[in-house]
Amino acid sequence: MAATRARVDSLVGIISWSMRRHLAHLSDEALVALVARADDSALAELYDRVGRVAYGLALRILRDERLAEDAVQEGMLSVWRTAASFRADRAKASTWVLTLVHRRAVDLVRREERRRADALDETTERSIPEPGGSAEDVAWLGFERDRVQQALRLLPDTQREALELAYYGGFSQSELADRLGLPLGTIKSRMFAGLARLRELLDDATHEGSWTPKLTS
Amino acid sequence: MDTETHELIAAYALDALDEGERKHVESLLASSDEARTEVLAFSGVAAALAVGVVGPPPAPELRDRILAVARAESANVVPLERPSERRRTRAVPVLSLVATAAAVAAIGVGVWGISVARELDDTRTSLERERDASSVLTDPAARTVSLATGSGKLVVNDEGEAVLVVESLPAAPAGKRYHVWIVEGVQPTAAGTFSGAHDRDIVPVGGAVQADNVVAVTLEDAAGVAQPTTPQLVSSQPV
Repeated sequence: MAATRARVDSLVGIISWSMRRHLAHLSDEALVALVARADDSALAELYDRVGRVAYGLALRILRDERLAEDAVQEGMLSVWRTAASFRADRAKASTWVLTLVHRRAVDLVRREERRRADALDETTERSIPEPGGSAEDVAWLGFERDRVQQALRLLPDTQREALELAYYGGFSQSELADRLGLPLGTIKSRMFAGLARLRELLDDATHEGSWTPKLTS
Repeated sequence: MDTETHELIAAYALDALDEGERKHVESLLASSDEARTEVLAFSGVAAALAVGVVGPPPAPELRDRILAVARAESANVVPLERPSERRRTRAVPVLSLVATAAAVAAIGVGVWGISVARELDDTRTSLERERDASSVLTDPAARTVSLATGSGKLVVNDEGEAVLVVESLPAAPAGKRYHVWIVEGVQPTAAGTFSGAHDRDIVPVGGAVQADNVVAVTLEDAAGVAQPTTPQLVSSQPV
């Protein structure tokens, strides 16, 4: 248990190799509160914590560096503009930031139909480019990524496919039903069952109750 | 919740809804604790899918660009301030003039012992301090008061709970601490200390800050002083 906690705490360092120590002791939620008060160094700190994962996600969805940067930039600027409306009872702050970037990326990819065509044939395994950062950071990033991918592999194929096409492919449920030639109800229940199962698998892996990605302290 | 609602919330967390369905879920979230609890959990799992993809790091220029645009936008935004009719223009009290000699009896207590006790205390209370600071900073009714001296800001809520955000105070030299004072008229009251170890310190003010009070900071002996004895390095506008 203590080891698990220490491991989770060490994840603090994953994203934030350039974290400036002066804001390091603040929670993500307090950082968002400072952003709501137009504090640009708090925005910089949030970016340092979450930006790398956000960019990786946007690149996976959009497959184009320029578009991925646009999605991250617009997502972070949404954080800047709407931080005052952030509701801690709906999401953790780091999750909220990722949600905004994901939504921008999905909006962009839905306009770029051709980029998504490949997603239908894609499997979980992709060649992962070598991440930068210190050896320790890279190790933790790899650890976390492996854990999520391992959990994904334990899902039934149909559920994993539904989750990946929705989250990484940017397909809506109705688009998926259309493309896969399945009833909408089937897509809906696969997506729900897959997400619920993934939640159980990640919780089991940590033995620490409901699991959320530990990007920061 | 029925199955259909569970499915809608899962799809919402994955951004797999069309615009109309998304709005429907958002109105549901506004009215249902159960729905909020579920979206909190599912959004966390969706974010795990984000962590599951690790690609190359973004170009360093992206960070610069985001911050440049954000700064340019904030130049056009009227900052959160108290109403102008409540502004006061009276001079900030000069704490150095009310200074008295610090009658600090350090006899029998080594400086080492004091600093160790302080560090333990810092460790023990740092979490509480962070929670205090967070609750004030996240209070939408809290006001931002600018500083008359020094760089940073003071955030005060309606209950008089306050957090001082100070930038660029160097680490206090050995044997010294930054002391926070709540000044009413010319009467300073001690309101906690901090070490200034960071480029930016988020310091919960240890006392109620009332209308027209000023919050100030001086550098003093770590062992404590009854009154400020040195010039103020930081002082807020009157609250």
